[in-house]
Amino acid sequence: MSPAFAEALAELPALVRAHLLLSGSAVAIGVTVGLPLAIIGARNHYVRTPLLAFAGLIQTIPALALLALFYPALLILGQATGLIIPALGFLPALIALSLYALLPILRNGIAALQGIDAGVLEAADGIGMTRRQRLMMVELPLGAPVILAGIRTAAVWTIGAATLATTVGQPSLGDLIFSGLQTENWIRVLTGCGAAAALALIVDGLLALVEAGLRRRSRWRTRLGLGALIASLALTFMPLSRGGAAADTRPMVVIGAKNFSEQYILASVIERRLRAAGFRTERRDNLGSTVAYQALANGDIDVYVDYSGTLWSNILQRSDTPPPEAMLATLTGELHRRDGVLLMGRLGFENAYALAMRRQRAEALGVRNLDDLTRAAPQLQLGADLEFLTRAEWRAVQGRYRLAFAGQRSFSPTFMYRAVADGSADVITAFSSDGRIAALDLVTLADPGRALPGYDAVLLVTATRAGDSRFVAALRPLLGAISVERMRQANLMVDRDTDKRTPAEAARWLDAAQR
Amino acid sequence: MTAVAIAGLTKRHGGRAALDDVSLTTEAGQFVALVGPSGSGKTTLLKSINRLVEPDEGTVALDGREVRDVPLAELRHGIGYVIQSIGLFPHMNVAENIGIVPKLMGQGIDRTAELLELVALPPEMATRFPRELSGGQAQRVGFARALAANPKLMLMDEPFGALDPVTRDSLGRSYRALHDRLGLTTLMVTHDIAEALLLADRIVVLIDGRIRADGTPAGLLVHTDPDVKAMVDVPRRQAERLASL
Repeated sequence: MSPAFAEALAELPALVRAHLLLSGSAVAIGVTVGLPLAIIGARNHYVRTPLLAFAGLIQTIPALALLALFYPALLILGQATGLIIPALGFLPALIALSLYALLPILRNGIAALQGIDAGVLEAADGIGMTRRQRLMMVELPLGAPVILAGIRTAAVWTIGAATLATTVGQPSLGDLIFSGLQTENWIRVLTGCGAAAALALIVDGLLALVEAGLRRRSRWRTRLGLGALIASLALTFMPLSRGGAAADTRPMVVIGAKNFSEQYILASVIERRLRAAGFRTERRDNLGSTVAYQALANGDIDVYVDYSGTLWSNILQRSDTPPPEAMLATLTGELHRRDGVLLMGRLGFENAYALAMRRQRAEALGVRNLDDLTRAAPQLQLGADLEFLTRAEWRAVQGRYRLAFAGQRSFSPTFMYRAVADGSADVITAFSSDGRIAALDLVTLADPGRALPGYDAVLLVTATRAGDSRFVAALRPLLGAISVERMRQANLMVDRDTDKRTPAEAARWLDAAQR
Repeated sequence: MTAVAIAGLTKRHGGRAALDDVSLTTEAGQFVALVGPSGSGKTTLLKSINRLVEPDEGTVALDGREVRDVPLAELRHGIGYVIQSIGLFPHMNVAENIGIVPKLMGQGIDRTAELLELVALPPEMATRFPRELSGGQAQRVGFARALAANPKLMLMDEPFGALDPVTRDSLGRSYRALHDRLGLTTLMVTHDIAEALLLADRIVVLIDGRIRADGTPAGLLVHTDPDVKAMVDVPRRQAERLASL
């Protein structure tokens, strides 16, 4: 068995449990809320029309965006009400997925109740059933197969969409998929997808059994299906209640990471150091760039690595580019003042945005720096990562160099490098610490106008941990300890196509090298 | 004794009066047919009695008690109700369908066998589901369900309307026998004037929400109102044509 597969398998049980717990709760809420609404909606078209319109509207929002929206929404709600609302992790994922589960449950519920034969309902009224008796004895039993078909649809959708919960810091099978995509570790991707598909198929199969039982009025089918569903849900809860906090009193810290290889590796390095110092650790990988900082400011994660230029433009909303030392000093003061966040210091390398081209192409066009690029851009295709084109740095670059590319497209980082390698992009927004720059023989273009700020990797610690001397002491040796060469090497170990290593393996190598 | 007393009943649908100041009393034990063309108000009149329709004006009293004063469930448990579409509950077997009203009333006695016998169905029907029954069998179960709680009054809306002519005739006669045997009061809506003439003691003709004629079958056959005359002429002419074949 390959180490990557073994590692994915080792993570699988915890992720399956988290995944089932999340999607099971979401469907349960969807049913609890959706079914009564369907009953009201079936009787009253003043309720029905806006209800279905609302549920339909929710459905048109991509699941990824819906999940991401609940993070700031909960933050604002927490600030407005003064309540402590966990804005990251289970809660936003649960709300978004429950809303997602609502439409099929509502639509089928209403269709089921409206589809009942009028003669049967007239008979029910005529023999003197109350509305409640009619509902419980006639409408729900007769509508059950169609209602259940809606619940099946909701369950399958929810299990699929729950993989996206990873992006708001809730562990799910998406952890394997997202990290696998970023590091081109297809074994992880396939393991995650396969497990999610298997879960969906099993749950769908069991619900189909219940549905068939209701349709054919076969009690054993209904009971077997329901029993298996309840048993599997109970199993997902059990280890939670057994494992409890009582067994382990060591303090728990949460380490955040954004969605690329370097971040996974550095989070693993931090995790190794904290574990060695006697902390229990949890990971929140694949956080969006601004989500990560807000999560730290909100105390949802304790520590992560960010980059000075990113914080400068995204968090402080500044578009000037002061010298690195001045930027770091301002950041340290401002982040502390705003959110109590401790900027411990630089790790020692920079991961700057740098426009890069294949050496051959750059030499053929005579492009060495961004001034040269201004001239060549109209015949070139730009490949950017998913956020660069909306960032202040891009506006700064545009303000200084006025680049007018023939076309520009956004890629996830992995595919951006693929695009420059196969020629479908000529210029990409590479990362200077990326091992693939050397591996693909790319050249980074100089920035004579100093439009791009510095991107020193810095260690950020949440306010409540800033005073924990044991915690801070465990991480201090990392400051200034990671050179750009070593970081590139570690990144390449994960990103290359042959002899691939997992981020944890690369972290072990990086950690061992600098002790 | 007066079983049903209807006084000044008016029901408007939009601007149109489905019932226009209708008054009608029936004696206990009578079999009354309500006939008339579509939209004449006969079904509205019938449903005003068990309050599936609430009239705009007027009163309905059963055995001297106004239906408005009786709790709805109690009122309907006490009235047998049979409709053209039968409305058997498809997820319940025959015994469960028949037993539903006693169950709603909290009575636990199982009279399935007795009721099946009453409507001339074999006892092994008890465990069948509605989808396994013929139209005639299903309506017999419909009658058994309506009779399960020993009602004195039966309201029937086109009860034989969906059946083939042979079944229709035999079921009609079976029901008339039951009506006599159990001492029921029956109000039956039908648009089939021949059926009304052959089964009922009394025929009430409704046209445009008003009673146009009210009398025995024999009396109706010699009625002078041109609309009523046209109605009863149809089966008479059919009978004459059949006789001359």
